[in-house]
Order: sequence, then C-alpha cells, then structure tokens
Amino acid sequence: MELRKDYFSDERNDDLNEIGHSRTRSDTPGHVTGRTAYFADRTFPGLLHLKMMRSPHHHANIRSIDVSEAEKHPGVIRVLTAKDVPHNLYTILILIQVGPEDETVLADKKVSWKGEAVVAVLATSERAAQEGAAKVKVEYEVLPAVFDMEEALKPDAPLVNEHHPGNFYLYDSGDHRKVRFGDVEAGFAMADHILEQTYNSSPIEQAPLETTGCIVTPDGNDRFTCYTDTQAMFFTLDNASIILQMPGHKLHMVGGTVGGGFGGKVDVIVEPIAILAAKLTGRPVSFIYSREEEMQISSPRAAERIVIRDGVMNDGRLVARKVTGYTDAGAYSRHSPYGAQKGAAHYPGPYTVENVWIDTYCVYTNRTPSSAMRGFGVTIADFALEVQMDKLARLIGMDPLEFRFINAYRDGDMKAHRQPTEGAALIECMQEASRVADWPVADRFYEMSSRSREA
Amino acid sequence: MALKRGRGVAAINYPTGMNLGGDPSQALVHSTPTGSFMVTLSSVDLGQGLRQVMSQICAETIGVPTEAVTIDTADTDTGPHCMGTFASRGTHRIGNAIVQAAREARDVMLEVAAEELEVDAGDLETDGTGNIHVKGAPQKSISVFDTALAAHFKHGRSISGRGMFLVPRSFPETETGAMKPATCYAHACVVADVEVDDETGEVSVLSVKNVYDVGRALNPKMVEQQLVGGSWMGISHALFETTEPYYPDRDNGGTDFNQYLMPGPGNLADTETIVIERPAADGPYGAKGVGEMCANPQIPAVANAIFDAVGVRVDTMPITPERVLRALKAQSREAPAG
Repeated sequence: MELRKDYFSDERNDDLNEIGHSRTRSDTPGHVTGRTAYFADRTFPGLLHLKMMRSPHHHANIRSIDVSEAEKHPGVIRVLTAKDVPHNLYTILILIQVGPEDETVLADKKVSWKGEAVVAVLATSERAAQEGAAKVKVEYEVLPAVFDMEEALKPDAPLVNEHHPGNFYLYDSGDHRKVRFGDVEAGFAMADHILEQTYNSSPIEQAPLETTGCIVTPDGNDRFTCYTDTQAMFFTLDNASIILQMPGHKLHMVGGTVGGGFGGKVDVIVEPIAILAAKLTGRPVSFIYSREEEMQISSPRAAERIVIRDGVMNDGRLVARKVTGYTDAGAYSRHSPYGAQKGAAHYPGPYTVENVWIDTYCVYTNRTPSSAMRGFGVTIADFALEVQMDKLARLIGMDPLEFRFINAYRDGDMKAHRQPTEGAALIECMQEASRVADWPVADRFYEMSSRSREA
Repeated sequence: MALKRGRGVAAINYPTGMNLGGDPSQALVHSTPTGSFMVTLSSVDLGQGLRQVMSQICAETIGVPTEAVTIDTADTDTGPHCMGTFASRGTHRIGNAIVQAAREARDVMLEVAAEELEVDAGDLETDGTGNIHVKGAPQKSISVFDTALAAHFKHGRSISGRGMFLVPRSFPETETGAMKPATCYAHACVVADVEVDDETGEVSVLSVKNVYDVGRALNPKMVEQQLVGGSWMGISHALFETTEPYYPDRDNGGTDFNQYLMPGPGNLADTETIVIERPAADGPYGAKGVGEMCANPQIPAVANAIFDAVGVRVDTMPITPERVLRALKAQSREAPAG
C-alpha cells in the first residue's frame, strides 16, 4: 500500500505521535498463536445444548405441535414452544421506533420460510438435542408461496406476512421510499440519449469464520450472563429484555471478540431464546449455529432488482436519472426497511445530476429473512450504477473514465437527498487511478479538483 | 476458443454511519494510579482491530504512548452504550467519543501537573513519551506516572473523562426524500484487468488497482489489511458468491464451504492499493469509515472488464461461468461469426 501524501496535504497535520503510525496490533500475538478466547471457548458444568426444529415448508399454517416424543428422548431436558416466550412477536428496530413487530421468536400459527424456528430442544449433548428436534411432530397445512419480488407485489399474491399487507414495507411515504430532485421528465426531454437497464443480484452469505452463537449462564442472583458474538451489545441486551419481559438489569452481555461479522451478527436471534432456556432450566445453555444454519438460516445480504433509466447528453453530461430499486427482505423485516432507505439516499451515486427520481421498495417473499451485510443498501446499487456508467460512456462514444470526471460531484454540489457535498475526493481518486493503471485521460481532467469547479 | 483480456473501471462513494436513532456511542477514560489509561466501551471488535485503533486515538489525544492505553470493552455491566459495530461507524463514532473523553481526562492531568510544577496548566504540553513539561522549557518537567500518583494520593483528583458521539436523528421528508443519511463520505476508484475463457466462461481477475480516499489512515498497516481484504471480497462477490444460485428459485443453496464458492489462494488477483487522505471535518483526526466501501467498486469494475474482454454484459450477480457462457452463446446467435 502506498499513501499519496501530496493530495490534500494542506488539510492535514501529519506530524502526530501516534496517529498515522503503523503500530502493531495488540491482539495479533493472541490471534496468531490461537490464544485469543472467543465466546465458545468457555465450558460450564451442566451445559445444555439448544437445537431448533425448523420448518420444512416455505409457507404453511401450523395445525398442531406434538413434543411428547421429543421430551422422552434420552438426554432431552426441556422443549420450548411459542407459548413459553413472554413477548414472542418482535422486530429488532422497535428500539428506535421502527416497527411494526412482525416476526415470532418461535412460530405459533404459521411459518413463512423454509427454516423458520418452530420448537427449541434442550439436551445434555448436541446430538441428543438434534435427535430430540427430529422427534417433534408438527402438522402443517401447506400454503402457496411467493419467491419473486414482482410476483409478490401483485394484488393476488400470497400474503407472506400478515403485518405487511401487499407484501411491501409501508413507509411514511407510502409503499416505497422516495427521493425527488429537480424535474426528471424535463431532464429526459432534453437528453440526447435515454438508456434504461435492469440489474439483479442474489442473496449473499456474510461467511464469518466463527458462526453466530452464545452461551448463557444463570448467575444464581436472578441475573443471566450471556457470552455472545453479537456485533451490537446493547441492541442484543435491549431486545432480549423486550422479548423476555425481563428488566435490563437482570441481563449481562459479555462479548467484543468476534471471529468476523460482516453484518451477519446484528440481528438478535440466538440470545433471547438461549437466555429463556437458561432461566427455565436453571442450567447454562449453548446455542451455536452450525455452518449450514449460518449459510441458509442466518440472514444473508438481500437480493435486489434495480432499474436505472438515464438521460445523457452527447457531451457526457448526465441530465436525468430515475432509479427503481427492490430489496428482497424475505419473510420478515429485520434491518431490510432501513437498507432500502439507505439505498434511496445513495442514488444517484457520487455524481451531480440535476434531475433525479428514486423509488426504493422493501418487498416480502417466502425466503430466509435478509438483513445487514457489509455495504448494506449500497453494494448492489454500486454494481448497477457503475455498470450503467460504463454503458452510457460507450453509448456516446466517450472514454468511461473521462465520462465519470465530467459528472463527478464537487464540494458544494447539492445531492439529490438535499445535502451539500463536502469532503469530496472522487476526482482525486480517479486521477490517481488513471496514473497507476496507465489509463490516460485528457489534460483538463488532471487539473480538476473536488474542492471547486473550473471557471 | 481463446483467453481474452479486458479492463474495466468503477468509481464510488460510501457513507459513514447510519441515520437511524442518531447513531450514538459513548466512551469513558480514566487513569490508573501509575499513569496507565483505561478506555471503557461496549463496542465490539469483529477482528478488524478496533481495540488497537481506539487505543491509538486515546493515546494521541492524551499525549501518551499507545502502549499506555488499555481498551476494556464489550461488557454491558461496565461499558457505556455503543450502537454497535456496523455501517462503517466504529472508527468514526467511537473514535469521536474517545477523543472527547480523552480531552477531559487530559485537562485534569495537566491541571494536576501544573499544581505539582507550580505553573499555569495552559503553559504545559505533553511530549508523547510519558512526560509533561512547560512549553519551551523541557527541563521543567514531570512524568505522567508521577502526575497520576499525585492526583490519586495527594490532590484527590480523578484523571478521567466522558465522551459521547451523537448526531441529530434524520427523518426523511416523505415527498422529497430530503434527509441526512450520514456525516461524511469515503471514495474509491478501481481499475480491474481480467482474462475470460470464452470456451468455459471462466473469469480470472489478473489485477486490481485500488485507489481509496479514507479521510485519514490512523494506522496505515491496519488500513491496508482492511482494504486488501475488502478488495478480495468484492472480487468474490462479483464472480462467486450466493446462497441461492438460481434465485428466485430456493433450491441448490450451499450449506458449507465446499458448496458455497469463494475464491481460493489460486484466484487472488495482483492487488495494488493506493490511499489518499482528505480528512473528514467531523472525523477523529479526519478519519472516514472505510470498512464497507472498500469491497464495493471491484464488482462493477470486474463486470465492465468482462464486457471489454468479450463484449457481453452480465447484469446479474454473481457473474458465474454459466452466465458468461450463456451470454456468449446468445451473442453468437445474434451475430454469427463470419
């Protein structure tokens, strides 16, 4: 890696004692010698293992649940169903007043995705818990399922989640989040060319080395300590407190050393049910996802469909950009309504476009609920935006890098979501990329600055 | 049948933090009797090295060596609230909270040192190695060690500080979408070179040249580990990864690392990393959040390079050999080779 100190040197103080120096990470020796302690390295006498009995159907009503055979299985100590969970219906962002509560900790009346948790089995070994879970008998009435976002938005589509009529998240702005800036139709009317293209992605796994999990101990003073690999300690504590109807002071979360997150550990899934299990059995409880659960049960990055319609002039100026984005939330919200909103704020990308129209939808389908992942709401948008930029440049016969210089935002430019640009450095990144990749552009682009426009 | 080479570019920006709930984080700082400093947080280190960068921020602000600072984090019985480690917020939000807490602690430390030296606290400065002295008169000096001892056992002063970062919560305006989704933005431009096998549809990324604006590289080696890892992840997203290979069909999802494909050591591109630092006005020592943005630009750069190589567009991620081959076949049907 090279630091190019000549850019913006007048905006920095490079003469500092600790900042700007490559001090060796204090945790490196522990990591490379295998001595760093992760949550799962702890052992406790009498530890119970929790395994979930999960829905084999994409969409089904639950007619009955029979746990009698599971309870008799050797090693099984306790079986938990929805009626054991004090506040079974929840949603993570309710803490900051983003509702509605739309997901059950354990399914009671219906399952809406293949893999949804129905019954928790606690046993003295992982194997016994797994075998006990296999003995739970659930009678289902299979329902039609919907997997495609555009199908889900049709009026006669199966209803994925009763809390989201129409299979979309209802924002205060309606069935989608909106950004409106300038007059997009006037922009298209003046454009020399119009290009409309559709981009798609599929769900992606965060793939941390350490899977999601926790170990809970009852502390004997009516408090519970939860050793967890969550990415957010108080999100976990406060949501557990709501779900368990237990005052926060009874909960003690310990974590902070995590084997990779990438957004996969910001949902609060394993901790509440494990704490409940520890409370009801009086024993320590471990609930750790298998690799299969991490990949197919834990929330992935949402699939997206993005339609971009652009108006461009022969001289390279983008004069109109209209984006319709669809985020596949799967069966429940988790963080997806926020992700779709973050996408709305991200368009039209790092370019100044005077006429912008953005609609982003958060859509429910019968699949594993999606949630946060590195680049949440933006990664797939950037794929679509930057492939579109390449197509536009070729459409007007312009060098793709020069085309981006022409449209790059500068300090003071108003963004579509009505915040002035500040601290921009896109042009300088492109100048440096041009040099390092030996991709020459016209001289005038090397003279540009993010700090101001040319006279 | 041939291996064809192509080149593509992409440029992006990325917001630091999230606009929900004001994005708060807190930090507490205090000294031990012998002048070590403890930073108490409830923030999570995901493996990226959060503890290290937080100790450097605290050390710089107080004016002591990084080794003198210990990060005590992620125990909710002791650490004050942190929203969490996500949204490229850790370094920026928690760093800002630590700067505020460390300044308060530094002020007390200098007041105690001033009493010991019988000078005005405003005339004192730290040398960064564990000593406090009068500006322009380094011989009139006291160690941080002795200052902390004096604070504890003679002056009855707590060398400590509280820090909090919060921005006003932004509610998007319903009809226009006016909102403040983040506080500062990181930037990147990437050039990717690929080789496409037009018989198998396989894509090899030969090299990526990654240029990033990170605001401020607080610890350059750690910035590098983040940027190189992110670049690898971006290439992996472009060509390999999905839990549902035939989305929206639910079948054939991988359940382990044999089925869920990611690039291995043999697939690593030659990676060149260049860093530009335009400090964020509101960042701790100018830092912007870079944890997420570094994995984004490789995806479109690779997609554009594939088009440059073989003239087909695959507008669905991931760009698997199957999709490239189908696009090539569709292309040859449309324009049969003469």
